[in-house]
Formats: sequence, C-alpha cells, structure tokens
Amino acid sequence: MYAFDIERPTTIGDALSALGHEEAQALGGGQTLIPTLKQRLAAPAKLVSLTGISEMKGVCTADDGSLCIGGGTCHADVAAEAGAYPALASLAGHIGDPAVRNRGTIGGSLANNDPSACYPSAVLGSGATVITSNREIAADDFFDGLFTTALEEGEIITEVRFPVPEKASYQKFEQPASRFALVGVFVAKYADGVRVAVTGASEGGVFRWAEAEAALSANFAPEAIEGLSVDGSDMISDLHGSGAYRAHLVAVMTRRAVAAAG
Amino acid sequence: MPKDGGIGASTKRREDVRFLTGTGNYTDDINLRGQAYVHFLRSDVAHGKINKVDTEAASGMPGVLRIFTGADFEGVGSIPCGWQVTDRFGEVMQEPAHPVLAQGKVRHVGDPIAAIVAETYMQARDAAEAIEYDIDELPAVVNMKDALKEGAPKVHDDLKNNLCYDWGFVEENKAAVNEAFEKAAHVTTLELVNNRLIANPMEPRVAVGDFNRSTGDSTLYTTSQNPHVIRLLMGAFVLGIPEHKLRVVSPDVGGGFGTKIFHYAEEAFCTFAAKALNRPVKWTSTRSEAFMSDAHGRDHVTKIELALDKDNNFTALRTDTHANMGAYLSTFAPSVPTWLHGTLMAGNYKTPLIYVNVKAVFTNTVPVDAYRGAGRPEATYQLERVIDKAARELGVDPIALRRQNFITEFPYATPVAVEYDTGDYNATMDKLEEIADFKGFAARRKASEAKGMLRGLGINCYIEACGIAPSNLVGQLGARAGLYESATVRVNATGGLVVMTGSHSHGQGHETAFPQVIAEMIGIDADMVEIVHGDTGNAPMGMGTYGSRSLAVGGSAMVRATEKIINKAKKIAAHLMEASEADIELKDGAFSVAGTDKSVAWGDVTLAAYVPHNYPLEDIEPGLEETAFYDPSNFTYPSGAYACEVEVDPDTGRVTIERFSAADDFGNIVNPMIVSGQVHGGIGQGIGQALLEACAYDENGQLQTGSYMDYAMPRADDVPFYTVDHSCQTPCTHNPLGVKGCGEAGAIGSPPAVVNAVIDALQSGGKNVTHIDMPLSPSRVWDAMQG
Amino acid sequence: MPQVNMTVNGKSASGQIEGRTLLVEFLRETLGLTGTHVGCDTSQCGACVVHVDGRAVKACTMFAAEAEGAEVLTIESMAAPDGTLNTIQQAFQDHHGLQCGFCTPGMVMSAAALLAENPKPTEAEVRNYLEGNICRCTGYHNIVKAILAASGQDVSAIAAE
Repeated sequence: MYAFDIERPTTIGDALSALGHEEAQALGGGQTLIPTLKQRLAAPAKLVSLTGISEMKGVCTADDGSLCIGGGTCHADVAAEAGAYPALASLAGHIGDPAVRNRGTIGGSLANNDPSACYPSAVLGSGATVITSNREIAADDFFDGLFTTALEEGEIITEVRFPVPEKASYQKFEQPASRFALVGVFVAKYADGVRVAVTGASEGGVFRWAEAEAALSANFAPEAIEGLSVDGSDMISDLHGSGAYRAHLVAVMTRRAVAAAG
Repeated sequence: MPKDGGIGASTKRREDVRFLTGTGNYTDDINLRGQAYVHFLRSDVAHGKINKVDTEAASGMPGVLRIFTGADFEGVGSIPCGWQVTDRFGEVMQEPAHPVLAQGKVRHVGDPIAAIVAETYMQARDAAEAIEYDIDELPAVVNMKDALKEGAPKVHDDLKNNLCYDWGFVEENKAAVNEAFEKAAHVTTLELVNNRLIANPMEPRVAVGDFNRSTGDSTLYTTSQNPHVIRLLMGAFVLGIPEHKLRVVSPDVGGGFGTKIFHYAEEAFCTFAAKALNRPVKWTSTRSEAFMSDAHGRDHVTKIELALDKDNNFTALRTDTHANMGAYLSTFAPSVPTWLHGTLMAGNYKTPLIYVNVKAVFTNTVPVDAYRGAGRPEATYQLERVIDKAARELGVDPIALRRQNFITEFPYATPVAVEYDTGDYNATMDKLEEIADFKGFAARRKASEAKGMLRGLGINCYIEACGIAPSNLVGQLGARAGLYESATVRVNATGGLVVMTGSHSHGQGHETAFPQVIAEMIGIDADMVEIVHGDTGNAPMGMGTYGSRSLAVGGSAMVRATEKIINKAKKIAAHLMEASEADIELKDGAFSVAGTDKSVAWGDVTLAAYVPHNYPLEDIEPGLEETAFYDPSNFTYPSGAYACEVEVDPDTGRVTIERFSAADDFGNIVNPMIVSGQVHGGIGQGIGQALLEACAYDENGQLQTGSYMDYAMPRADDVPFYTVDHSCQTPCTHNPLGVKGCGEAGAIGSPPAVVNAVIDALQSGGKNVTHIDMPLSPSRVWDAMQG
Repeated sequence: MPQVNMTVNGKSASGQIEGRTLLVEFLRETLGLTGTHVGCDTSQCGACVVHVDGRAVKACTMFAAEAEGAEVLTIESMAAPDGTLNTIQQAFQDHHGLQCGFCTPGMVMSAAALLAENPKPTEAEVRNYLEGNICRCTGYHNIVKAILAASGQDVSAIAAE
C-alpha cells in the first residue's frame, strides 16, 4: 500500500468535509478497497472511513412500507435485520464469507459496482432508490458500467430504499475461486410487473433482462422464459466460463429464481 | 506397552497445544534485533532482455539500505539442480544457470530483477517503484509443444533449444512394446493434461538471514521441509559457505506439500545480504508473490495407449509425455517426470511391456517441481483413466478388468525397474467395495435422478513408491545427493530422551508419532521422549521430509539409533546386576536378568551412564547417546483403491462430491489418527486438482491465476466427510517398522476416481463424453455436455 | 504518526501506527501477538480472523486505525490463563482438526463466532460458515468434525479416527 492518512469521522457532515480534500477517498467496509490498495492499484492521499458514522447504519421500514438500509450497514446486519425482504436478507447473507459480511457494507458495494457483486442486482432488480449525501438516484440511473456509477466525487451513499416486492429470489452461481457471482439473477415480482436483474455475466456490469421481465410479468412461472436467452457475445468470457456458458446460466438462474420465489 | 501411547495408538498430538493457543513459532514470527526487510522487484513480463536497471533514485528513498541487482551476484554460484537426468541417447540433460537475481534476461513473470533492502518492508516496497528499469520484451514460449518447434524463442540463449531432455524408459523395451501394440486385440488411447497446480501451503515462504560478525557464522531461518538440504545446496553451491559456518533453521512450518523442499533464490539472497549489510535481512512472501515464485507442480501433457489381448489382459502400455520444467530447473524438477513417474507406470497391474517417453521442456513460466505425490499422481491418473476408458470401450466392468490384471504375487519385478515387496490389491478392492457401499449405488443413483441430477461412481487403484530412497540406486539415476536419513538419540541422566531427527514435521505430527515408537521399544511413557527437528545445529544430517519418507526412512534411523542405545544400556544393566549381557531383557522400562527376579529400572541405568561410579568403564564409555544413519534398501509401495460418487447438475455442469471412500494399505501403522488425517488431506487436494485448481498462463506468459480470486482452492463446502480405512496391511519387508508411508496417497489416488465418476455420471445421462481435462469446473463439464 | 488505542484480549493496548497499518500488523508487530497469521493478500484465506467487538473479522482487511476503541480478541485469549484449552480448542486436538497449525487460529476464531450465533449447527452450516477459512492440510474432515463435537453433538458416527 502507498502511504495515506486515515480519518474516521462520526457524522456524515464531517465525512463530507473530509472527503472535500484532494485525493481523499471514502472507505466503507474495505473488503474490496483494502485488497486493491495492497496491490497498489489505488493511491489515495487520505482515506475517510465511514465505519464510525452511526447514522448511516441500520435497517428500518419507511411509512410507505419500503425497506431502508443505511449505507454503512454491513452485510451481516442486513442478513439479520432485513426480514421484511427475505430475498434481500438471503442475498446479503451469502455475500463473501462471514468475516467479510461483518465488515463489508451495502454502500461500499454499490459505490464500487463490481460487475460480479451481488448487491447491484438487488438494487436494480428491486427498482430501489440510492440516497446519497446530496440527492436520490433511481436504480436505473445509478449503475453505469464496470466499476462506474452515477456517484460524483465526494458523494457518499447514506441509504438505500427498497420497495418490498410480493415475491422475490436471488440465485447465485458462484465463480469457483473468488466465489463472487459468475452469474447472479435477482427476480422480484411487484404489483406493476416483474424486474429481472443480472450480475456477474455482462461485460457492461449489472443489467436488466427486459425480455424475461416482459414474459414473467405476463406469467410468473419458470416456463414463461422457455426459449428466451441473452446474447452470449455480450457476456464476459474468461477462465471460469465462456460468454455462451454465462448466457446459458442467466436463463437457468432466472428460472430457478422464479421457482424459488414461488 | 499400554495402547494409549505406543505403536498403534491414536495418541493426541502434543504439538497441537501450541498451535491452538497461537504460540507456535513460525519463521515469520522470528524477528531479530536490527532486522532489515527485503522486497523483490519482480519481472512483469515473461521473457525479456534487461537493458538497464537504474537504482540510483531508489537508493535515496527513505529507509533504503542497499539495492542489489544481478550484477551483485556475479561470481556467486547458480541455484543448483539436485538431479541430472540422462536422456535416451545417453546424453545428459541441458542444464541452464539460475542466478539469484536475473542477469541479462528475465525468463518468467516473477523473476526477481532487483532486491531492495530497507529499514521497513513498506519502505522497501515504496523504493521498488523508484527503480528505473528498461526491459525489451521478447516473445515468450508458454505451450510446451510450441516451445519445441524449430525456431521457437529460446528461454536460455546458451542452450541448444528448449528441450531439457528426451527420456525413454525402458529404451530397450521400445521395439517389443511397439510390436505388442501391433498384435493387440484392442487398443485404448487417451490424450490428457495433468493440470498445473500451485501447492499453496497456507504459510507463505519466509527467509531471515543473519550473520554473526564475531564468529563469521551465517544463520538462515527458512520455511523449509529440509533445512540440511538447504544448507548443502546454498552453502556448497551458491554462496560458498562451509557447513560448519552455516546453520539453517526451519522452525514450525505451515505446510509444505513439496514446494518447500527446494532451495530458492530468496533464501540465498537473505543469507548473502545479511553478511553484506551486517544486519539480519527478512523476506516474507505475500500470497501474490508466492503464486509467481513458489515452484509449481504437475503440468504434464500425455498421450497414453493401452494394449489388451482378446481376453482383456493388458499386454503393453505406451506413453508420450511433455513435462513442463518452467524457466529454470528447480531442485528436483528433472526427477519428477522421469524416475518418480516412469517407474510407476506398471501401477497395480502385471502389464509385461511398458515404454515411457518424456520430453522435459523449458518455458517462460515459473519453475515446476515436486508437488504432493510428484510424478506418481501423473502416472496414476493416466493409467487409471485409460483403464476406465478401456473398460467402457470393451463393455466390461471396470473393477473386474482391474482385478483380472492385478499383480497377485510378491515380490514382483515390474518391467519399469522397480520391485514391489508386498501388497494385496484384491484385499484393498474388497475393502473398498464394502466401505463405499457399491451395493447401494443403484438406489442412490435413482434418488439423484429423481431430483434431476446425474450420479456417477468412479473407482481407481494406485500404487506409489515411497520411503525415498536407496542412495546407491538414486545415484545411478542421477541424484546428486544420498537419500538416507539420520537420527541422534540422546538419553539424559534422569531417563528422558531427546531425538534429533533429520526428518522435518510441517503438519505430519512427528513430535507425537516418533515418541510412540521409542515408547514401544523401551517400554516407557511417550512423554519421556522429545523430538527435535528443523535445525542443522542438532541432527547430524538430514535429507528431510517429502516422498512419504519420514517414518520409513527417518523413523528407521531413529529405530537403529535406539537399538544402539538399548544395546549399550543392556551392558550397563548387566554390570549393575552382575549378570551376563546376554541374559538381560528389557521390558516395560526395566531391565531384568532372565530367569531371576533381579531388575533395574530404565532410570537407574541412564543415571549410571552419567554418574558412572559403578560402571564398566574399562569396556564402555560413560554417557548414553547414539547416532544412526539409515539408507533404505528399496522403496516402499503403499497401495490402495479409491471410490468417488458425484452428482452432476445437467443444467449447470456443476459437480458435487457426494461420497468419497479410500481403502489403503500402508503396512504397519504407528498412529492411526494421524494416518487418517494425512489421507483426508491428500483427498482434499486431489479433489481440488480434479474439480477446482488450475494454474493458467496466457499466450504471453502472463499468469492468469495470480491469486485466490482466480485459483480455486478447495473449501470446506466443496468436500464431504470421507470414509477411509487402512486395515489392509501388508507390512514392508525391508524396514524395521514395516511401514510404507501415507503422506501422498490421498493426492495420488483421488483425482482419477473423481474424473471416472463424472464420466460415469455423464454417460448415465446419455452424454457421449469420454474425457474432460481437469479441473472439471462447471463450465468445462457443461461445455463437454454440449458435445 | 498517529496513535491508536484499543483493548486486546482484555488489556488496553496502544501504539504508533501509519494510516496504512493493518490491524493484523498492529497485533503481530506492535503487540507481538503472532498467533494471528497472514496467509493471503486478497482477504480469502482467513488465517487472520480475530474478533472485533464480538464479531469475526479478517484482521488483514481492516486498518488498525479502524479498531480505535474496539475490543479485540485473538487466538491468544482463547485458552484459560492456566493454559487449559477451551471447548473448541480441545475438540480440535481431540479430533485431529489441525496439522501444520497455520490456518488453525483463524479456524478456531471462526468456529467460536459460529457457535456463538448458532450453538448447534448442522454439518452443512459448519461447512458453509468456513467458506472464508482455507485449510490445505486436513481436507476439512476433522475440522468440521471437531466443530460439531465442540457444539456438543455426537460425532461418533462420522467415519474415521
């Protein structure tokens, strides 16, 4: 790691002013950023740890019934406390491993937007709202390709608000080494339609599978997507699987998610 | 001897207490006064000409003590290779130089270009980035067959080509083998890859060099399986330090699996730099560095052919293998695809004619050397896969085909130069059929199919040659060392014993198992025996721990030394009891005179040895300490039969290991608990090789699996509980304990069972798949299913 | 250099650190608590697992500065002051749940966290919980068996010694 200073503010306001310094970078749970720093792939002059900000932690239900998760809430806490949205709690409970889940945060995961991370699929698949230090961003406007989001410099995710669906399920097929999603599919059925978000698979990061959404909105059953497929040439092709394989898994995992959602 | 402490007892391990309480002493836990830290700047290209390494700016960075480059090691020896193979034309192998730091060229990603020594590790790493170097990238050779093509880029410009050797075994049999193939009723052919692996002991390598200016002595603390071997190789061949001025210490070592046998450049560097700087110098590998600097394993590409007569008897076997050496010859690299592989090609079968050809090839990759099993897994895998394929082609039961061809009479001289002393392959197969519950398989398959899963059962046999090895034999085969072991047994005045052994424990439990042997021999409590290892300052010499040799060779040396102790103690006891030495019996820790009630305790005799007031001083010296060297007269030949049951998800290609059973014959067993643990661990690694692990390079020689993000290590949820049995015992006939060795069996015996099971599952589902190369990852299995 | 203060194994501990000093470096180098190991640099092997404020974390993936004011427990805290092994440690010894010992501190700390939240886990739950702890020696058989035994469950039916 390159040398840097580290600050640990206790309020969002202090965090924002600390992030105002040049080359300052926010540090969530650090489960991705710290390994990146070890490889010397990033060189912040200052890290602003968000782990001391209690107002950014916790899970609650809003008046409209949506589930609100503080940006600094770790995966283990979401798994334990998001019982109102079981598919989301289950997703959180299967990210990484137990020790990673005790540190890694939803805000950190979303801000990083790793193409193989789980959370982006839940946010996009739920049509959630990402609330930052200065605005609200709809899920459909938030993700912007690999490791890129709508977040601006110094902007931090303070909360994510999930409308709770009638039914939902996340099905992850793990890459055997990293155990990130080789393909992960989040399916959520709302009164006004079904959303299907896919992570791990695409060169462009998390995406919605519109054809499957249309078919499942008409008939929420695994066989509804029979014959539908995503284009393998748009999918990631690497040591762990070809684009064609990933495309195949997208359909398999979607069917399984629908079946599991019931 | 009460059975809670002697031979055959599952004594709990005494070393566990320190490991469980965080008080072990691993090399990275050692910090010496005034210690500096080294970071190696490593090549990020696979092949290149070094034009310039400018360290001037970096030398001025905070904390930097000195920066070394290849130029600092001119006149210093090359990292040596310990085995010289002679090819099938009678020529010795091509053997390139291996400088401590790269000179002129870099030859693999990770080849060290410069070494920065600084007050702290972070300062050394910071300074590395200020080194200005200019390397012209050259085309890399990665694929072995491409490397042998005319005009291929040469890894070593001063060699003729990239062929280390072209070995034929047994060359004289070649014509007869070819003739047998022409006459065969059936020939089964299989082309396969034995995947390149990275050993990945959980403790990364560490070296701490120290120099004592007042005595001129050097000390190296290092994560080694064989500190005496490191002392010999580094002292005599690289740095020119005589043994009496060099001590090598390997304290608690966190796993080895072969990759900590070898002498590495970082060890020589730390020892050299400590003297140059007159300060201790420490290097701790990161895991990322380990991936590009620890010797890798396996990496064979093989075509195997099996000839059978009309009655399905094996009549001949022919193999053609390319074995990757990487960019330099690691310590034992040349021996692995040859003498540790070709000699095992008979397996458990009475195939009369065998010919093995191996071309060892230099490539721009990390050196490849022994990894758990070393040559024997490669032999077993190809043989047991081709037999399974033959059974399918012939429509016969794979177990029956094996049984029909089993060797049943011992000793048995194979056509590949080794003589099996004992074994009973039908017994282990019978045991396997029982513990693996073959009878219940059909019902289990039905249950799997009801869930939409394909279920397969795969079996295989294995034999290995352990207890490495008779020195006179390996000397003829090209070893540049003897492969005996030594032990010194020191008995203290009050009766306790210290055994200084050249064997090294890095997980094997010697500290517990070795005392069980002595406790049995003398009839005392095992707690009275302490095992000291891992320090050239103690045991007189040591060839170390690998090749499942510790108990068979090191244990035998300890037995021989203890026999000498007992013989001397009997003389003392005879004197004390005024009896004839011939009448003295040792039982339950006491010496008695046969036919009388006279007796003296063990402690009385040991005290007399050190307080010799009443002592036969005219006949024997005071004191009670003996040393023995044991050189085995043959290898040992553990064998067994393994079964694996898998489920394959036809939608995703994902393979799940449902059951795994192992029936082994290890001869006599000292501590069954430890033996089972060794088998479990080997199976875990074998399943890893079969389903998960692969070290991959791209065509430019970039390592694609440079961390656990891409190199899939087996995790707890990748494996089931295993059923292991070692009740079939045909004791080794030529070592005093009748033991054979158990450390590598699991890793040797398990990959073919897994692959055979997956093929069985896929064929049961109507898929015409006859082979998939390891690892059988979901994507590879799915690809194969697509036809 | 800034100062960090925390409680480690019940004792207050402080030291000078850099921003980039990892918790594991502080434990091993500043405090000399070398029972916590480093087996990788990508947060996967789990040899460095410790408890911070009652939760299992990877000490290689947390800065020492982030542990300011925290209660940290390491492997060195697990046995009784007289050296008596705790239930988990004893089960690891009884069932041969370790070989080289390098991953063992992390395994024990993870097992302790598991049993704290799930006192009678199933075999599958144990295996799943150990996803972030890699062992290269044991094939996991005896680790899983030891943890089940430490939870008070009968493991006599599980094959092998």
